[in-house]
Amino acid sequence: MAAWTDISGIRQKIADSSAEEVTASYIETIGKSKINGFTTVSDEAINAAREIDSNGHEGPLAGVPIAIKENISTKGLSTTCSSKILQGYVPPYDAHVIEKLKAAGAVILGKTNMDEFAMGTSTESSYYGPTFNPWDMDRVPGGSSGGSAAVVAAGEAPVSLGSDTGGSVRCPAAYCGVVGIKPTYGCISRYGLISYANSLEQIGPLATNVADIATIMDVVAGYDSRDSTSINRENTYSDALKDDVKGMKIGVPEEYFGEGIDENVEKAVWDSISKFEDMGATYEKVSMPHTKYALASYYIIAMSEASSNLARFDGTRYGYRADGDNWHVMASKTRAEGFGPEVKRRILLGTYALSAGYHDKYYLKALQVRTLVKQDFDRALANVDVLMAPTMPAPAFKIGEKIDDPLSLYLADVNTVPINLAGVPSISVPCGLSDGMPVGLQIIGKHFDENTIIRAAYSFEQNTDHHTRRPPEVA
Amino acid sequence: MVYENPDGIRIGLEVHVQLNKLKTKLFCGCSTEYHDSEPNTHVCPVCLGLPGSLPVLNEKAVEFAIKVGLALNCSIVEQTQFHRKNYYYPDLPKNFQTTQYDFPIAANGKIIIEGEDGEHVVGITRAHIEEDPARLQHMGTIDRSKGTLINYNRSGMTLIEIVSEPDMRSPKEARRYLEKLKSILDYLGVFDGDLEGAMKADANVSVFWGDRVEVKNISSFKGLERALVYEIMRQKNHIRRGGEIVMETRHFDEARGVTISMRTKEEEHDYRYFPEPDLVPLRVADWVPGIRETLPELPDAKRERFMEQYGLGETHARALTTEIKVANFFEEVAAKVDPKDAAVWVSDILKGELNYRELSIDAFTVEDIVAVVELVTGNKITEQSGVEIIRTVLDDGGKPQDIVEKKGLLKVEDDIVATAVEEAIAENPDAVADYLGGKEKSLNFIVGKVMQKTKGRADAREAREKVLAKLNE
Repeated sequence: MAAWTDISGIRQKIADSSAEEVTASYIETIGKSKINGFTTVSDEAINAAREIDSNGHEGPLAGVPIAIKENISTKGLSTTCSSKILQGYVPPYDAHVIEKLKAAGAVILGKTNMDEFAMGTSTESSYYGPTFNPWDMDRVPGGSSGGSAAVVAAGEAPVSLGSDTGGSVRCPAAYCGVVGIKPTYGCISRYGLISYANSLEQIGPLATNVADIATIMDVVAGYDSRDSTSINRENTYSDALKDDVKGMKIGVPEEYFGEGIDENVEKAVWDSISKFEDMGATYEKVSMPHTKYALASYYIIAMSEASSNLARFDGTRYGYRADGDNWHVMASKTRAEGFGPEVKRRILLGTYALSAGYHDKYYLKALQVRTLVKQDFDRALANVDVLMAPTMPAPAFKIGEKIDDPLSLYLADVNTVPINLAGVPSISVPCGLSDGMPVGLQIIGKHFDENTIIRAAYSFEQNTDHHTRRPPEVA
Repeated sequence: MVYENPDGIRIGLEVHVQLNKLKTKLFCGCSTEYHDSEPNTHVCPVCLGLPGSLPVLNEKAVEFAIKVGLALNCSIVEQTQFHRKNYYYPDLPKNFQTTQYDFPIAANGKIIIEGEDGEHVVGITRAHIEEDPARLQHMGTIDRSKGTLINYNRSGMTLIEIVSEPDMRSPKEARRYLEKLKSILDYLGVFDGDLEGAMKADANVSVFWGDRVEVKNISSFKGLERALVYEIMRQKNHIRRGGEIVMETRHFDEARGVTISMRTKEEEHDYRYFPEPDLVPLRVADWVPGIRETLPELPDAKRERFMEQYGLGETHARALTTEIKVANFFEEVAAKVDPKDAAVWVSDILKGELNYRELSIDAFTVEDIVAVVELVTGNKITEQSGVEIIRTVLDDGGKPQDIVEKKGLLKVEDDIVATAVEEAIAENPDAVADYLGGKEKSLNFIVGKVMQKTKGRADAREAREKVLAKLNE
């Protein structure tokens, strides 16, 4: 198939043929893939599609194949966070989002590659090897949900789920020229999402277009009593699919166009903002003075939480286990052999930041900065409807270019992490190319105001053709 | 009399109480009734700490904890906050324990115990909620084990850790404190102290007002007293030999009755506490007045009332109010018979027989003890027969009345014989005179009359002895 098809197109195909045929054609495409986006293709996918065929295609996603990031628990289907330490771990339960997708008739196609434990911006730290960007096989797809973005861009799945702790949906969406949303914290249940930094992350869908994002959101968002941070709030995201931004006020935070920004990226984003003006919106520059501290705050909080979240991987109950004469030796060796270098770095830094004597200086300080960053958003969004900025300061970099320089990798997250610190929603949509590589426009909204950013993104899509550009091989 | 505390002993206790009367675990819906179940049958992704699982706070557990806090005269926190205590141990499925840190559910309380010199106040520093780890079963001893089995049934059970001030001055006071605590918890109906793992204590002990040593792994009242006696002796001997007490953690080896050094202060864990991001604060300030209203009459108040209302002495009142079930049992009995008799029979006799058999008050009915007391006070049986009835009910079953009959315990039989003897003597003055005059055979005549009067129910030999006794008066 290797073509971009949206959900309504897929449903038409299913009506014309069958869910089984559609799923089979995707599996065939994946079989020929060169991008290493999938880690596992589900043995059950065909059966699930067949069952949907026999049940008369009920549900809003009946027969629609979907790819799932390696860190979202799928019953009976390997879920490893792309880490050796979870080798062989098959969850005995489905994440909340998987239950919802299955109930809506979606077919779980398989699991997608990611940076080990979602710690990265390039999907190079995976135990399964890197995923390649379909636009340029020498470049990274972004991360950490690199597999989820790349398989959608390559036409290997129409939609996918990723997770976004500090930009992990939006970054690969931008790098691979697809749409990805990081919903408001609390919007989608995290039950079954293997935690990296629980106070920051949300599951988010990726798709080739905004309408499909809204369709998936309608299925997976909503209250779940098993996640205490989940919010009980009804919303229909597809109601926001209107081509109308007249009178919309856009804020453009100047701090998001800082040092090191790629010229073409800057131009593409400003061209987009002009387009919004043409469509009837207005913009003003806003200042978010604490942006420069966000990165440090983000990494300290994320690493601190990670150091605790990842403690359970000790070889006792599941996953990889090394040999040892006693439990402590076994657990230590398991962790030494099972985690990759970036994961170890973050666990160590997080452990350090929480240690007696440093806790106040680092962790507590980072929480205080987080409050200031949040206040920046509250202030800026008090006067405008949405904020717009480049998702990533530059397009996808070359594989191997930054992997030995963690700091430069961390710096790439400068425009995405403040959003997670604040917990607000943000969507990344394609808005142009820079030297042939996609550029993402980030549209940020108020807490639980996904519908406004979806409306803005949808309107933009209706009035531009960026989203119709395909990677060379898929076109 | 004021207790001088000559050795400068200070003991503080950290008591872990499993709130096993809750229906479900602290952060998941798993049933708490695992005590008679196969290992690892009361588990789910949450209490197994599976990747991606999230905790959801059991509100009933918070309610129970507030109840405990109020009963210990504590102030209650405005809203709950949970922290992660990070350390690696095979009984922890997540390698951190979700617990409370700087905002415990309850703090600044006190309880009153019977101290070395009368009533003694022990301060309660704090009480906090935390999750119980899994149960490790070492194949062999803890230091030499071939392997360890893990049973996660207990994992995620609600614990409340109650930390006292170092206000106890002797092992006896420590034991009294623990007993009082158990009594209060028993009244609240939040835990069943008879279940395995229901109550565990760590003790902080110092002598001569010096540095403290923590003794872990104490699981019984008896164990507590033994551990403390040993530890105090060890510290005193060590100082006498010129040694110095260093802050350390020691393990109580119950089998050998000794404490063994585990680690010194320098080796203490850095638990890297931080707020649990997966739980949101729960505002409970508004719950407190309502929960306070549900608090039952507690042991101290009940003891006072028993003394006043039933005219009991302090010893009886104390013994009858330690366990709520016993107190309620007593009150039912006291409603039917003289309360003082009820106190004697329930507290002195019945409880003694129950303790001897390691039975609880549930093994006896109010109806049966009332029957026994009425038989005794009605002068129908002797006290000794009353005790025998209680023993028989406990050992062989049956109802008191049936036992009286079966065993012929009725004093009434004696009365009939005695009356017949008196009548026979009074009605036959000639025979009496003959006997007193030396005619032995006249005795047989009188006994025969007694047998006639009792229609043969009296034992002939017994009748003869009674007649003899009467004639020789």
